[in-house]
Amino acid sequence: MAGSVRRNVPTTDIEVAGDAVAHSREVERPSSPFVEFSADAPLELDCGLSLAPFNVAYQTYGTLNAAKSNAILICHALTGDQHVANAHPVTGKPGWWATMIGPGKPIDTRRYFVICPNILGGCMGSTGPASLSPATGKPYGLDFPVITVGDMVSAQVRLIDHLGIEQLFCVTGGSMGGMQVLEWAARLKDRVFTAMPIATAAWHSAQNIAFHEVGRQAVMADPDWCGGDYIEQGKVPRNGLAVARMAAHITYLSEEALQRKFGRELQERSEKTFTFNADFQVESYLRHQGTTFVDRFDANSYLYITRAMDYFDLAASHGGVLANAFRGTRTRFCVISFTSDWLYPTRESRTIVKALNAVAANVSFVEVESDKGHDAFLLEEPELFATVRGFLAAAAERRGIAPAESA
Amino acid sequence: MMLDHGKSDAHAHRVDHLLIAEMVAAGSRVLDVGCGDGALLQLLAETKNVDGRGIEIARERVNACVAHGLSVIQGDADRDLAEYPDGAFDYAILSLTIQATLRPRLVLDNLLRIGRRAIVSFPNFGHWQVRTKLLATGRMPVTANLPDTWYETPNAHLCTIKDFADMCELANARVERAVAFNSSGQQLGTWVRLPLTVHNLLGEKAVFLLKRR
Repeated sequence: MAGSVRRNVPTTDIEVAGDAVAHSREVERPSSPFVEFSADAPLELDCGLSLAPFNVAYQTYGTLNAAKSNAILICHALTGDQHVANAHPVTGKPGWWATMIGPGKPIDTRRYFVICPNILGGCMGSTGPASLSPATGKPYGLDFPVITVGDMVSAQVRLIDHLGIEQLFCVTGGSMGGMQVLEWAARLKDRVFTAMPIATAAWHSAQNIAFHEVGRQAVMADPDWCGGDYIEQGKVPRNGLAVARMAAHITYLSEEALQRKFGRELQERSEKTFTFNADFQVESYLRHQGTTFVDRFDANSYLYITRAMDYFDLAASHGGVLANAFRGTRTRFCVISFTSDWLYPTRESRTIVKALNAVAANVSFVEVESDKGHDAFLLEEPELFATVRGFLAAAAERRGIAPAESA
Repeated sequence: MMLDHGKSDAHAHRVDHLLIAEMVAAGSRVLDVGCGDGALLQLLAETKNVDGRGIEIARERVNACVAHGLSVIQGDADRDLAEYPDGAFDYAILSLTIQATLRPRLVLDNLLRIGRRAIVSFPNFGHWQVRTKLLATGRMPVTANLPDTWYETPNAHLCTIKDFADMCELANARVERAVAFNSSGQQLGTWVRLPLTVHNLLGEKAVFLLKRR
C-alpha cells in the first residue's frame, strides 16, 4: 500500500493554541492523523499534472463495524476542515457540525463510523499551497497545481482505499462539500450506498464565480500577498484575506437574517462618529469574521479552493447533460436545500433532482424552511436534522447496519 | 391535493390503498404520484416489499415522508412527470389525485408512459347521491365522499366512472382491472358480473389498473 499513517492522535486530545503560529504548525504537523501517499503513487490531476507525494489529514469518530459497511464520509466546505465534531485545534471552537455528528445525534457515531478528511488544497494537514514542496523545500505557493473538486475526491478515494473501505454507507456535505458528494456519486457509483448533497449545486453560476473573483482579487491586491510568496517573505496578506472573507460571509446569510441580527444598530456607541470606524454592528461583525478567519486559514488555499469550485460543472464534464453523470446509479440520494439560500438556491437542487429523476434514481428531496440563508446547513434546523436522521436510519436498515445501542 | 377519505383511525388503511396494494406485484418498482403522508408507500413497503418513490406537492408532507425514511420529492403531477424516462417503474400510481390535476389527460398519458402499468383511483361523480343532490337542489353536490363546497374543493376535474373509462379508451389504455367500491369499502364485484352503468351509479370511488396498448 502506498499510504502510511504518520501519526495517530486520539481525536479528543487536541491541544488548542489559538493563533497564526498554531495554524502554520497545522499545515506540516497536523493534530489529526494523516496518511502520506508516497512518490511512487502520484495523484493524477485534472490539469494534467501529477502530485506526489501528498498527505491527507483526517478525523474519525465512532467505530468501523466488522463488515466495514457503516462508514460515512463527511466532505467539508470552502473554509471548513476535518475538525467536524471536535474542538478546533487552532480556534478552540466546537467542530463545525458538532450538532449533527455525535452519539445520539442525527449522524449517530454509536451506529456509524464517521470520516472527515481535510481536502486537497486545504491548509490543515492535507497537501495544499502552504505545504512544503519536496522539489524546493519551500512552500508551494503558486507552484501548487490548480486543482478541481474532482481532484479533491481523488485524494479522498485514496484515503478510503487506505482505510480498506470498499463502499461508503453515505457521502454527505454542504456547499462545496455537496459538490464533492455529487462527484463521488457520479464517478464512484458502486462505492456510494447513499449520497446526501446539502445546500449545493452541480455547477458554479456566473454569480458564484463573480463573488469568488472579488475574494481572490482582494487577496491578490494585498501587498503582503507578495505574488503568492508571503510565507517565504514572512508576511500574511491579512487585510486581503479578511476582505475576501467579509464579502463571502454576506453571501452565506440571507438579507432577512442580517437585518434581524443587526438592523441599523450602532456598535457600542449612541451616535454616528462621522468617521470610517465600524459604527454599525454589522460592520463590526464582518470585521470580526474577517480577522478571526485569517488566523486559521491560508490565503493561497483560499485562492485554489475557490478556483476549484468555479471550475465545477458536473454536466459539462458529462457531455452537457447532467443526467448522464448519474446514469446507471443505484445510490439512494437525499437532496436538501434551504428556502432562503440565495448562494445555492433551491432551483439548483431541483436541477440535480431532475437529472436524477431522468435516470429513475432513488431520490428524496427536501427543501427546509429557514430564513438563515446558506449557512442554515451548519445550524440546528429541526427539519434538516429530522431529514438526515430519518433518511440515514431507513437506508441503514436496508444496508443491514445494526442499530445503535442506547447508552 | 389529497382528499381525506375513508380513513377512520390512524391504524386503518384507506380502502383504495388496500385495493391498490392488492394489484401491485411484490418486489416491484413503484412511483406514487401525490403520495401525501406516504401511507400507501408505507403499506406497499410493508406488505409488498416494493422499491417505492413518491411525489408530493406539499412541502411539509414531503419532509415528513423523508424523515420517515420514504423516498419522496416535492413536485407537481401536472408539471414534473415529464422528467421521468419511459418505463422507469412497474407501476405509476395516482390515488385520489387525478381529479385535482389541471390536465388529467396529460397526467394519465405520463403515468402510462412512466409505468409499465398505471393504477388510478378517483371519486365517482356519477354516484346516485351526487346525481340526486344535483337534481333535487340544483346546486353542486356536497356529500360524505365529496365534502367540499365548489369554491373550496381542490378538485378541478371531477368525472364519473364512465367518463374515466372513456378517457382510458382515448389514451389507448387497456383496463386490466377495475373495482368500484362504496364508503364502507364494500366492493361492487367485477365489471363482468355487473354492467358499467350499475358501478357508475353505486360506486363512490373506483380503482383502475391500466396498461398502455
